[in-house]
Amino acid sequence: MTESGQQPDADTTPHPPALPARAPTSGDPAWVRILITTIAVGSLIVLVVIPVLSVFVEALSRGVTRYAQNLTDPDNLSAIALTAVVAPCAVILNTLFGVAAAWAIARFQFPGRTLLVTFIDLPFAISPVVAGLMFVLLFGSSGWFGPWLNAHGLRLLFTPLALVIATTFVTLPFVARELIPVMEAIGPDEELAALSLGANGRQIFWRITLPNVKWGLLYGLILCNARAMGEFGAVYVVGGRIAGETNTMPLQVEMLFQGFDSPAAFAVATVLTMLGLVSLGLKTWVESQQDDGQKQEEPAEPGITESVIPPKTA
Amino acid sequence: MPQVNQRVLPGFRLSLGFTMLYLTVLVAVPLAACFITTARLTPAQFGAAVWTPRAVAAYSLTASAAFLAACISAILGSLIAWALVRYDFPLKRYFDAMVDLPFALPTAVAGLVFSTLYVPSGLFGRFLTPLGIELAYSRGGIILVMVFIGFPFVVRTLQPILESLDRESEEASLMLGASRWQTFRHVIFPSILPGIVTGFALAFARALGEYGSIVFISSNIPGQSEIAAVLVVNKLEEFQYAEATAVATVLLTASFAMLAIINRLERWSRRWDS
Repeated sequence: MTESGQQPDADTTPHPPALPARAPTSGDPAWVRILITTIAVGSLIVLVVIPVLSVFVEALSRGVTRYAQNLTDPDNLSAIALTAVVAPCAVILNTLFGVAAAWAIARFQFPGRTLLVTFIDLPFAISPVVAGLMFVLLFGSSGWFGPWLNAHGLRLLFTPLALVIATTFVTLPFVARELIPVMEAIGPDEELAALSLGANGRQIFWRITLPNVKWGLLYGLILCNARAMGEFGAVYVVGGRIAGETNTMPLQVEMLFQGFDSPAAFAVATVLTMLGLVSLGLKTWVESQQDDGQKQEEPAEPGITESVIPPKTA
Repeated sequence: MPQVNQRVLPGFRLSLGFTMLYLTVLVAVPLAACFITTARLTPAQFGAAVWTPRAVAAYSLTASAAFLAACISAILGSLIAWALVRYDFPLKRYFDAMVDLPFALPTAVAGLVFSTLYVPSGLFGRFLTPLGIELAYSRGGIILVMVFIGFPFVVRTLQPILESLDRESEEASLMLGASRWQTFRHVIFPSILPGIVTGFALAFARALGEYGSIVFISSNIPGQSEIAAVLVVNKLEEFQYAEATAVATVLLTASFAMLAIINRLERWSRRWDS
């Protein structure tokens, strides 16, 4: 990813990054080519295409009116609304965190820096169910803070706030992970230049850093949001699954499925699937934007001396 | 890559302070709660919670299903990555984008739709059940959804490695008289192996902790088709917090070990770069 110090090895000639435009001259015999392509395409169709299509087929299997009824059921509507609140909350919190963490890690040297990066990754490794359990241990009635909360007439577990906390934990690394390598690759030169020209921290951030990392940030936001909307295990544990109150869309899908109301479960699932497809489309679009950006910047690679700093007026 | 050693840029204290506070509140304290709750158990209690026949069955099912699924993901993912990088076929761009769908599709939807497709009356089930392959509500179904969530890791790890592969050494190998197969075995395979292993480990780690999709497709019968994550939830629902936490600690330890292994592997697979 990062083009750090390229040392010309003895056996590898410096090689321009292989462009997809170069005709794939694979020397593989035709039967190998056909076999592998068939397996690859076939497994993608069986694993991805048919399941996605059948979500819609199943949801509409009892007719459009039934589908509309299922979608507008008060409990299902409230699940959609709850997801529409919980996911953005988690995304906003993790964006603030991601920007702060990337600034600290990519712009400064301090002891324990690599350890911090590993620590940020931890929520990825932890099973969501275990994450939910940790918050039950903290906020449950017999947990660390539970008795204190009870004494003050507060309850956290089985409330939407608990859903936000659990979702934030599970999606914590996304933005930071995308931003750190992007900011490291860009380097601090432009920000230092701005500083030497008298810009203050806020101006540097809004005029230099943010425009530079915008695609990386957007990419992280999309991934974070997609995961937050679909989060299941952690919110299952901390939410208490109260229909109409703490059921997000995925939890509502499960509840309907367990209640043998498959068409309704699929109706809610169509909303989630469409959101997933939109995320995927946006992600692909951002990737193409990033590629364009890189291609434009590449010619200027040898010495990034001339950086465009917008003339500022106080 | 130039690094600022002197802290000239503003905002170091603020950003690092916020980062540390955020991580402490959201990650360190909850983790401590889990470990301290477990540490409060006496060794006998811990053993009784962690080593029941039901728990052991859950670990071995989780580990073996995740291992098998990661193996299938590694093979399937490698073939998909190879086809996407080396060959041209219609709609290739769309198939490429589709690989990421398991990342974007909520696991609950995956579980729901897979269990519907593979029941005996489902679209695939009606052909597979007569052949004796029952995937819904069986161990096979658990492996199936684990493959679904795992194979994109292999494809996405391998793709950049295959793209950056040095074509000239391949051509040289062919020119020196090696067969296509020999070239693959001795030239291509050694350089993509670290990528395959890394992808395998990522898929395995993800499958170990998976809950959302499995709860749909498995019958979740204790001792038979109950994976470790489901066991944790079931214990919680029975209000047996100590047992749930003890099993969770086992899962946590396994995921930390996987994280350490993956970090190593990623360094190993990067040794071919630059």
